[in-house]
Amino acid sequence: MTDSPTVSVNGTSYSLHGTPPWMSLLDFVRSQGLTGAKEGCAEGECGACSVLVVRPDGDQASRWTALNACLTPAVAFASQEVVTSEGLGEPDALHPVQHEMAVRGGSQCGYCTPGFICSMASEYYRPGREGHGEGDAEHGANGFDIHSLSGNLCRCTGYRPIRDAAFALGSPETDDRFAARCAAPAPAHPTAEVTVDGATFLRPGTLDEALAALSAHPDAVLVAGSTDWGVEANLRGSRAAYLIGIDRLDELRELTIGEDAIQIGAALTLSEIERQLEGRIPLLDKLFPQFASRLIRNGATIGGNLGTGSPIGDTPPALLALEASLVLAGPGGERTVPLADYFTGYRQTVCAPDELIKAARIPLPLSPITAFHKIAKRRFDDISSVAVGLALETEAGVISKARIGLGGVAATPIRALATEAALEGSPWSRETFVRAAGVLREEGTPMDDHRASSAYRKAMLGTALLRLHRDESPQEATA
Amino acid sequence: MSSLSERPSKPVVGQEIPHEAASQHVTGRALYTDDLVVRHPGILHAHPVQSTVAHAKVTRLDVEPALRVPGVVRVLTAADVPGVNDAGIKHDEPLFPDEVMFHGHAICWVLGETLEAARLGAAAVEVDYEPLPALMTVPEAIAAESFQGAQPLMERGDVSAGFARATRVFSGEFEFAGQEHFYLETHCSLAVVDENGQIFIQSSTQHPSETQDIVSHVLGVPGHAVTVQCLRMGGGFGGKEMQPHGFAAIAALGATLTGRPVRLRLNRTQDMTMSGKRHGFHATWRVGFDDEGRVQALDTTITADGGWSLDLSEPVLARALCHLDNAYWIPEFRALGRIAKTHKTSQTAFRGFGGPQGMLVFEDILGRCAPALGIPAHELRRRNFYTDGQSTPYGQPVRHASRAATCWEQVWRDGDLETRLAEVQRFNDSHEDIKRGLAITPVKFGISFNLTAFNQGGALVLVYKDGSVLINHGGTEMGQGLHTKMLQVAATALGLPLSKVRLAPTRTDKVPNTSATAASSGADLNGGAVKNACEQIIERLRVVASGKLGVPAADIRFADGVVSGLGTKATIEWDELVKAAYFQRVQLSAAGYYRTEGLHWDSSVMQGSPFKYFAYGVAATEVEVDGLTGAYTTRRVDIVHDVGDSLSPLVDIGQVEGGFVQGAGWLTLEDLRWDTSDRPTRGRLATQAASTYKLPSFSEVPAEFNVRLLEDAHEDGAVYGSKAVGEPPLMLAFSVREALRQAAAAFGAPGVCVDLASPATPEAVYWAIESARAGGWTPDDDVAVDHARTAGDRHPDSERETVGV
Ligand SMILES: Cc1cc2nc3c(=O)[nH]c(=O)nc-3n(C[C@H](O)[C@H](O)[C@H](O)COP(=O)(O)OP(=O)(O)OC[C@H]3O[C@@H](n4cnc5c(N)ncnc54)[C@H](O)[C@@H]3O)c2cc1C
Ligand code: FES
Ligand code: FES
Repeated sequence: MTDSPTVSVNGTSYSLHGTPPWMSLLDFVRSQGLTGAKEGCAEGECGACSVLVVRPDGDQASRWTALNACLTPAVAFASQEVVTSEGLGEPDALHPVQHEMAVRGGSQCGYCTPGFICSMASEYYRPGREGHGEGDAEHGANGFDIHSLSGNLCRCTGYRPIRDAAFALGSPETDDRFAARCAAPAPAHPTAEVTVDGATFLRPGTLDEALAALSAHPDAVLVAGSTDWGVEANLRGSRAAYLIGIDRLDELRELTIGEDAIQIGAALTLSEIERQLEGRIPLLDKLFPQFASRLIRNGATIGGNLGTGSPIGDTPPALLALEASLVLAGPGGERTVPLADYFTGYRQTVCAPDELIKAARIPLPLSPITAFHKIAKRRFDDISSVAVGLALETEAGVISKARIGLGGVAATPIRALATEAALEGSPWSRETFVRAAGVLREEGTPMDDHRASSAYRKAMLGTALLRLHRDESPQEATA
Repeated sequence: MSSLSERPSKPVVGQEIPHEAASQHVTGRALYTDDLVVRHPGILHAHPVQSTVAHAKVTRLDVEPALRVPGVVRVLTAADVPGVNDAGIKHDEPLFPDEVMFHGHAICWVLGETLEAARLGAAAVEVDYEPLPALMTVPEAIAAESFQGAQPLMERGDVSAGFARATRVFSGEFEFAGQEHFYLETHCSLAVVDENGQIFIQSSTQHPSETQDIVSHVLGVPGHAVTVQCLRMGGGFGGKEMQPHGFAAIAALGATLTGRPVRLRLNRTQDMTMSGKRHGFHATWRVGFDDEGRVQALDTTITADGGWSLDLSEPVLARALCHLDNAYWIPEFRALGRIAKTHKTSQTAFRGFGGPQGMLVFEDILGRCAPALGIPAHELRRRNFYTDGQSTPYGQPVRHASRAATCWEQVWRDGDLETRLAEVQRFNDSHEDIKRGLAITPVKFGISFNLTAFNQGGALVLVYKDGSVLINHGGTEMGQGLHTKMLQVAATALGLPLSKVRLAPTRTDKVPNTSATAASSGADLNGGAVKNACEQIIERLRVVASGKLGVPAADIRFADGVVSGLGTKATIEWDELVKAAYFQRVQLSAAGYYRTEGLHWDSSVMQGSPFKYFAYGVAATEVEVDGLTGAYTTRRVDIVHDVGDSLSPLVDIGQVEGGFVQGAGWLTLEDLRWDTSDRPTRGRLATQAASTYKLPSFSEVPAEFNVRLLEDAHEDGAVYGSKAVGEPPLMLAFSVREALRQAAAAFGAPGVCVDLASPATPEAVYWAIESARAGGWTPDDDVAVDHARTAGDRHPDSERETVGV
């Protein structure tokens, strides 16, 4: 390494020299005197730290993507362009988003405000935002999707004025410099290895380099979106000696739609997958809005969601219902493992220390009747106490195939095999579902904790089937 | 109309303007205490060593290993305290404890060159404990007779006569949760010592004067050696009324001992595990109604979960007792209050200050019993409203009682309740596993500190030679818009455009001996003081203008920066007049002062007139509940709220909406869970982060949210006819809880009574539905009201009584 890495914040270049790999982008910008972005939780929940980052939108264009700066290591932003609330406008020359928020009473204590501004600006510049007619409960007439603010908390306002500000936004002016930036490609991520205070961050250029580093450093921690790792580092003080940033590896960022399968690259973020699939997998479309917040989905990758091996991740129950497999890459090449065989124990998987997840494969055709039920205290942005992915097929009024994935009921995500068997071959009727609900209630061994009691978790397993029956049988009204 | 409440022509108060710092907020330029760190080179960072057990004697504390961690500069322990080792005003909160009283209690503090060094240092400190039994719930504390503080009894009439008169008598028990403040900005203090030995502390505090007092007693220096400044807070909600003092004292102690600036900022988990919260309560009650559903008698014992130290629990309890009645006439009344001592954080002030808890007990009674009386809950509530001329159980006449009814009727009309109640009924009749509920509830909330002495405010107004004005006042800004209102008050009182007036941050060396910015009283007290200071200056300028314009001083008018006289066309610009006054050697600054008149409170008998006036409001909420999950959405909310003649309508609407959503959070979503098991983790707060403690987010905003301010609502006793607004709207959220109760009931047979847990999380609603389906709560008279008062004080004596927000 010759030049020390830098990051551009609000158009000014800041040296990352001497920045330890565990330091978050938030702490970095604040240490440089840019104190607009705030820490409210340091775990991706409040959005007070939200900043804008230029991220690719295809090869030729880019988009302003809002991210939780508290979760991502600053060193991962070498050569990147970041904008904070300070960079969007000045008190006497407010950005349109800032103007609407200020005049409508969108800030009270103001502490959450810079984060809201960045999340809102990201949606303001979203390509294709406008032109969706009248709007609905969650969209303004200007196309503004209120879910884009689901990762921002405000304790003061009650949100109504913030919603009004968002729905009042017009379109960027033709000479808007931020809109203009989107017409050019996103900056590249230079390959680099930096070591500070004995801790190293490696950004490999290829999958092979990543695998070689993984073999050479058995304790290395992979980071992709860092939405999971960032929480470990901030709240539990985890400090890795060797971090490998895999989020920009081309080999892990492909989404291909083939004849007999759809393959989703592990380093694609949930937001990117949602955009690129364009509704191709309805079950995942039901999952996306229930997965964390827009801010988190902008960073979180599908590989990371599977890589943690967490029993309460939301993609596994859905992917189990879709009968997905994982493509694992290691020094010896690639192998494909059915997801149902992937989890071996609490946060344990068959992925060897020198392997990583390259992609998830979802076989085609898809079962036509699907649902994703997530039980949580809060509707937006909460972790599941129970999650159920369902995919069913019928033939002449009989359930010919049933696949059910469960999260939150055992040490690993599981398939509800007994329930599947109880459904298959039975007629599509309320009686069938009531009977199968009794079976599903007994699958797994849900526990009691601060999110829910085990009795409620069991009850929710049962009602998931009743909900499916209710929602997918319109002709029977609500029986 | 009083001169305090009268508005001149063209007032700046009443104009709908954005928050005075809105442009700073939205551009990230507004500074909070922790944003100052980068402006202090060489600053040290403080990190606590927190107890890992709920209750224990500390038998060994070894800080040596921390000192070996690179970057650790010093560890602060009890031995370092030159003054009093106490962070409170009751001397029951040792700053460095030798007996830890809750899981997370800070034992000592490590100072490091970086936060990372301080964190690693804290992890290296060795602590040995000798565990002691820990009480985690109010029932456990009651069983163990673990109480603290006074046990006041509020009584009117004769409850046994009331019960004899009553035709229906019910009794019950209710335990409900507290609430984490979750101000977005966690506690933060930054201390420096200047060349003179003067200690300057920037703190996120609602009570700078008390922060100053505590720092001075910990350091053993007089008050004049300590200055506290609060730039602004990223939310307070009562959580920064008492709690910041100890943290400020640690920073100040560190700065004094090292000579370097010290910053203490809690991360979210530290904040949640160390700082006090809204009190949860336990209540046993017995209530009697006549055939028409009129309340005849209430007998209740309410026990607050005080946590490990007294803190503000006594005045919180007093306010709870003063609000059990909410807006209802209860002829025979008996309420005993107690404070449980448990091994949890020291519960403290939180928006409403016990008022919401008192009201919740009685609103729960009405909601539970209405079906048993065969009267719709809204009708039962309306029938029991106070009427003019009646007085509260503590003997204060209910001023403007009819305003509750006025708000109610407007909500009923504007919210089209008649039609919608019928629609809800139709919807419920035609849907089996989705039901709706529509409930309407009132709020009556007393304004003033219960403790009379706190009802005073101060201000400093400086007019410079060029005509520009700088104001200072004793209140702090936490988002409630106090500074915005004070600028409007000053501009109105001086007859100036807003642009002429500037406000400087709150500092104890500008305005001394201030009260906490609390009890919703910020605008009343400081507004009175700002107005008073402005009027002193105006009186002097009047004389100067009289000379210039040749009209009597009494006929001089100040408006919009122009000074005129009755009967003359001649005018003089404000700036000119100020310059002239300067050359005539007329004083251009004034210290303002205000005290609320007409208050008295006798805590020994819990009687008096502690409140200047009452604020009223009514809310109607419609919810939809999924019977398969208990999940719900809020479809529509209509609110009419009484803020007097609003000083600043945009600010006031914001307070109403924000208060409502925060109240709805407390009652439905926010779920504080402590480990009550017998595992070694007993006492640990299980919901100690934003990922496990869920605040309302966008998904909880009502789809339709109509907030109106009551019109023609002039309040004679307050500045420019306004009323306080900070706390009362929180309690409008009872309508959400009652709507959920009614929706749950709709799953059962007609007339079923529903006992709904609080918070009414989806899971709690699910169980309420299941119970409604199985027959519901049985309206019996089989719970005994626990009248036990333990030894010790029955009433707060005047010296020990504090507070009263
Ligand atoms: C506020 C918040 C809300 C959340 N809400 C949800 C939710 O609703 N539902 C849900 O399911 N999750 C949720 N999560 C968890 C988290 O967002 C996901 O687990 C996310 O998908 C992780 O992806 P990442 O790229 O950020 O992983 P990282 O943090 O970068 O990595 C996580 C782990 O996975 C490993 N890993 C990453 N990529 C690979 C790979 N390609 N191969 C092998 N191992 C890999 C890493 O070594 C690391 O241990 C939430 C998290 C936060 C902070
Ligand atoms: S600080 Fe709360 S999300 Fe980053
Ligand atoms: S304005 Fe205070 S948290 Fe949003």
